[in-house]
Amino acid sequence: METVTITMKNAPALYLEADNVSPDAFAGKTAAQIAELSVHEGNTTSTLGKYFEVIGNAGATAADTKIVVKGDVKKVKYLGFKMTAGELVIEGSTDLYVGAWMKGGKILAKGNIEAFAATAMKGGELIVEGNAGNYLGAAYRGDWRGMSGGKILVKGNAGSDIGMYMTGGEIIVNGNIDVHALTHAEGGRLVVKGNAKSKVGGQMIDGEIIIFGSIDTMMPGFKPVSEAELEVDGAKAKFSHFIGDMGERHKKRKGQIVYGNLYKKI
Amino acid sequence: MSEYIIKNGHVFDPVQGIKGDKKDISIKDGKIVDKVSSSAKVIDAKDKTVMAGAVEIHAHIAGPKVNLGRIYRPEDKLFSCTPTHGMERMGGGASIPTTFKTGYEYAKMGYTTAMEAAMPPLFSRHVHEEIRDTPIIDEGAFPVFGNNWFVMEYLKNHEIENTAAYCAWLLRATKGYAIKIVNPGGTEAWGWGLNCLSIHDPVPYFDITPAEIIKGLIEANEYLGLPHSMHIHPNNLGNPGCYETTLDTLKLAEGFKTKNKFGREQVMHLTHTQFHSYKGTNWGDFESGAKEVTDYVNKNKNITIDTGNVTLDETTTMTADGPFEHHLCGLNHLKWANVDVELETAAGVVPYIYSPNISVCAIQWAIGLEIPLMMKDPMRCYITTDHPNAGPFTRYPRVIKWLMSKKARDAQVNAFKHKDKVLSQTSIGSLDREISLYELAQMTRAGPAKSLGLSAMCGGLKPGMDADVAVYNFNPDKPVANPDDIETAFSRCAAVFKSGIQVVSNGEIVSTGNKRTLWVDVHVKDNPQVMRDINEKFVKFYSMTQNNYEALGHHFVPNPYALEVDATQA
Repeated sequence: METVTITMKNAPALYLEADNVSPDAFAGKTAAQIAELSVHEGNTTSTLGKYFEVIGNAGATAADTKIVVKGDVKKVKYLGFKMTAGELVIEGSTDLYVGAWMKGGKILAKGNIEAFAATAMKGGELIVEGNAGNYLGAAYRGDWRGMSGGKILVKGNAGSDIGMYMTGGEIIVNGNIDVHALTHAEGGRLVVKGNAKSKVGGQMIDGEIIIFGSIDTMMPGFKPVSEAELEVDGAKAKFSHFIGDMGERHKKRKGQIVYGNLYKKI
Repeated sequence: MSEYIIKNGHVFDPVQGIKGDKKDISIKDGKIVDKVSSSAKVIDAKDKTVMAGAVEIHAHIAGPKVNLGRIYRPEDKLFSCTPTHGMERMGGGASIPTTFKTGYEYAKMGYTTAMEAAMPPLFSRHVHEEIRDTPIIDEGAFPVFGNNWFVMEYLKNHEIENTAAYCAWLLRATKGYAIKIVNPGGTEAWGWGLNCLSIHDPVPYFDITPAEIIKGLIEANEYLGLPHSMHIHPNNLGNPGCYETTLDTLKLAEGFKTKNKFGREQVMHLTHTQFHSYKGTNWGDFESGAKEVTDYVNKNKNITIDTGNVTLDETTTMTADGPFEHHLCGLNHLKWANVDVELETAAGVVPYIYSPNISVCAIQWAIGLEIPLMMKDPMRCYITTDHPNAGPFTRYPRVIKWLMSKKARDAQVNAFKHKDKVLSQTSIGSLDREISLYELAQMTRAGPAKSLGLSAMCGGLKPGMDADVAVYNFNPDKPVANPDDIETAFSRCAAVFKSGIQVVSNGEIVSTGNKRTLWVDVHVKDNPQVMRDINEKFVKFYSMTQNNYEALGHHFVPNPYALEVDATQA
């Protein structure tokens, strides 16, 4: 695997849309060719090389390419946009849409990331060592097709509206989450090791939520059914099991009505 | 204005009966002429196809429900935006493009005239603001009358003269083009939680049937002698077995004759026929009723139809058939929006994905193609996608490919997941007909122009007509190696002229032309009763005053073109 290191040297005055910073866009290109890829600052289109120093050539394919992003990229959006393979390491904190529409490969964000990361993610892995923003692994605005595959691990906290319209895949948050988790979900799994606020699983049709900490206010549409012992991420614990959202339509599978499942640690 | 001569192209013009002969087309002062001077600019059309500008008879491209679709579907613009370039302003949207993109896309495909198929009268100002902002193409809009309180009250007592006077007033107030009916009575019935699924289901409170509304509006239309006929989206759209309702509706036109000075021959236009040609009793035994419907239309010359081809895309359905959209939302569980328009109509919007992996969608695709292939007279059957309901209008080149190439149809049938079901439930596999370029010109130019009463103005290349001309990179002398070449050729014109101005060159917009709003100005005998009724309804029921109702003046209709009709002697 070849490594390309891009380091911020001329910080943009406005937010920079760097939707070409992905192993797919870099693949098969030399450092000089990568520096010529387009980026957008406000309404102006210019080159990656105007802002970043590029060192190293990419591999022949996305899978053979690893990108390391260094320097202050707090005002850079769309890192890892639509990537299908390879690796992306972001050393600092960054802005919106990290790994949005990603289908494969691996992103490691060592700092914090802002909202809309992994929008409509289909596959691959996103690891965030800091905190994640709102709408993590959610559907694009207006769309009903959210995250459908892949895995997201947030070691810090995550914001509101995570996993909105999720249909598959897994999100694990080691810290706390804000309001509205897995709203409208039709599948997928969310594990929160810390605490959740209100509106967890609102209008959920299918899928699974596991909360180790507290939930400020339960949705009234969730009905307690039993207790269950689960093994999650290597740890065994006892949980209260709720099903819902009872206010929504639910599909049948093998003659049985399917509900969203919410487990809260006792 | 400058002169042009389009030289050596293969010309297809049903108006003059020209079937691909090499001919020069001369343009001067916005019109087709016999001759131009030697200083005329030459457009080389050698090995290319030349036709009149195409005419869109039915699309939803302007107004509140289109805009509601744009507002509540931001995802429709995702990855479909084009930035400002050359003459073009930025645009976006796949199934519900922005107004600017709508104008550009039509022009690039060689369309120069388009009709907005359902204008809620109360929101005609909004419709005209969007028409104004849609560049290049001439546009008209059909106000909807089929669930209108005035119409239902007059027709309940068969008051044709009053109905006609009201229609004339409304056409002028809304700058409308024709009488459109959508699910007659059914949309109003839905206000009571009901629907009219047959032409004999009574409308609650008004106690009138769809059949009475339909016949009454045909009579009013012919009383006035309007350029276009009554244009109908019948009851019971989109349900298995609905072809029977469609045949019942078509039979209502029997015995009626046209009376107009615009060269129109039909008294009824049936729109998006595909959605009304379903047999079967449920989605499991769903099958094509295209043969039954086209057999009837083939025999009855006073009817024209358009197709409503399913293009197998993700799209946004929108119709004044409010109850249908609610029903559709119950089937696909996607987001639903609905609007009630006071005394006049309603509308609903639901996204829809016509998936090639779902047998019903694949059968709908086949029915849409069976209809034009089974219609004997291409002058009475026009290609539409009921944009955006069965697919976006930007897919016309693909529909043309399927119609012109059996090979392309077979390739699509073979790609369906439920191929056997498509072949058993429709006759698409046994239809060998391939539409010729001449027939295509009939179905997309001369035919719709005649049906709309515009045959003296557009849809042909006869000297004296408006110089709306499209030149395609398609050589009719060469056999088609790959059907996809048809789609490519009809997607982007080599050149397009609109009223004598070159608007497209090599697939790029080079001018925004001289866009006009087409409307019908009918003069009727003074009718104090109808004027009093209008005044009374505004005072008692409407949420706005009559003064704020009319679409008038430069802001709404900056470049009007009125078709004058004198019905004072009727």
